[in-house]
Amino acid sequence: MISLTVNGQTRETVAEPRRLLCDVLREDFNLTGTHVGCEHGVCGACTVLIDDKPARACLTYAVQMEGHEITTIEAVGEAQLSPLQRALHEEHGLQCGFCTPGIVMTFEAFLRDVPDPTEEEVRDVLSGNLCRCTGYQNIVAAVLKAAATMREARL
Amino acid sequence: MKPASFNYHRPQTVEAAIGLLARYGASAKPIAGGQSLGPMLNMRLARPEHLVDLNDLVELDFLRASGEVLEIGAMTRHIRIATAPEVRRAHPLLAAAAATIGHYPIRQRGTIGGSLVHADPAAQIPLIATLCNAEIIVSGMAGTREVSASEFFQAVMTVDLRHGEMLTAVRFPVLAATTGWGFRLFSRRRGDFAIVAVATTLSLDGDGRFATVDIAVGGVDSVPLRIDLSGAAIKGEIPTESRVSDMAAFVADRINPDDGATIPAEYRRKLAAELARQALHEALERTRGVAS
Repeated sequence: MISLTVNGQTRETVAEPRRLLCDVLREDFNLTGTHVGCEHGVCGACTVLIDDKPARACLTYAVQMEGHEITTIEAVGEAQLSPLQRALHEEHGLQCGFCTPGIVMTFEAFLRDVPDPTEEEVRDVLSGNLCRCTGYQNIVAAVLKAAATMREARL
Repeated sequence: MKPASFNYHRPQTVEAAIGLLARYGASAKPIAGGQSLGPMLNMRLARPEHLVDLNDLVELDFLRASGEVLEIGAMTRHIRIATAPEVRRAHPLLAAAAATIGHYPIRQRGTIGGSLVHADPAAQIPLIATLCNAEIIVSGMAGTREVSASEFFQAVMTVDLRHGEMLTAVRFPVLAATTGWGFRLFSRRRGDFAIVAVATTLSLDGDGRFATVDIAVGGVDSVPLRIDLSGAAIKGEIPTESRVSDMAAFVADRINPDDGATIPAEYRRKLAAELARQALHEALERTRGVAS
């Protein structure tokens, strides 16, 4: 039996050590917003937050996460879309949506770290998330727009 | 792509971790950030019976810059090395190289100790450690020993760690403020391992002539290569454009990359020459206070 803190709630499951965090989130906790693409850290679809920092849920074993806080896409924009989600919608920053949860989790964390990023910085961070639909231009535009919106909201 | 079964251990002290590694020997594998070992486990390229998780060893997450030496704990994450003011001051080359490792989420988890022990021939941290003659601190049941980077890296993903030993820290000589440094890497996609990477440090004398130059190249051999420049007769020379190009060509002549199925040796050699030229330029600009 392992006990994990996911989106502020304590959840328990029986998982042998080799089980990936992404599989436990999806299969045991029914949190299917975390998508699983490559299963070796390249595509970024499974990105979640571990203690508020973005990380690959496919390179983490669930058993390792006892004592840590996991945040998944289900915790973002619960009542209404977050500024980043809204900007992705407005700028057409997604099509099929498979990569989107990983991108949202990555940039929710990054924009807290770097509230006023350059386009180059956004592209550097976005290099960790593969998108086969958009060609990335609209995602970059959306992240820059969300950053501006969030800075204004803080003033 | 799920790992084979393993027993999981989560030691709370370095001593306990060493005890587990000593007890289980070759059937145990320590895991730090897991950003290289994780894929190997998932693809079953590694199948340890025992996984020893080092993530609770917070005493190995530290930066200590004291005068001549920057000491970094094995569990210090790349993101901290890339961004911490004390690293950017004491060793801006290391900070710049760490900022290019993998991607932003990878750098949040990956550790300097993990990168050194994994010893990918194209990886950034082993390259900078080799260039700068870093000292690697290794602890085991018999105590602690120090290994120079040039002796630590033995072959592809093979390092000087004996039964029951683990890497606990690494010491870099602090870069003098007057030292110019350059770092260049080329990969087909940002965040991938370099096809070739070049790092250099240099200093000029009072007349603006070369005093010292060191260059190391990654991705062209089984370990990062520190190039012996003594045959290039650089000391006392004026750093002109043609002199820099000659040095880059000298570096490319000293490497002997594998002729791969997808990347021919000649390609790597030409790439090494061009990256060396760019890295030397970058370093020279820094000695003149042009680059930041």
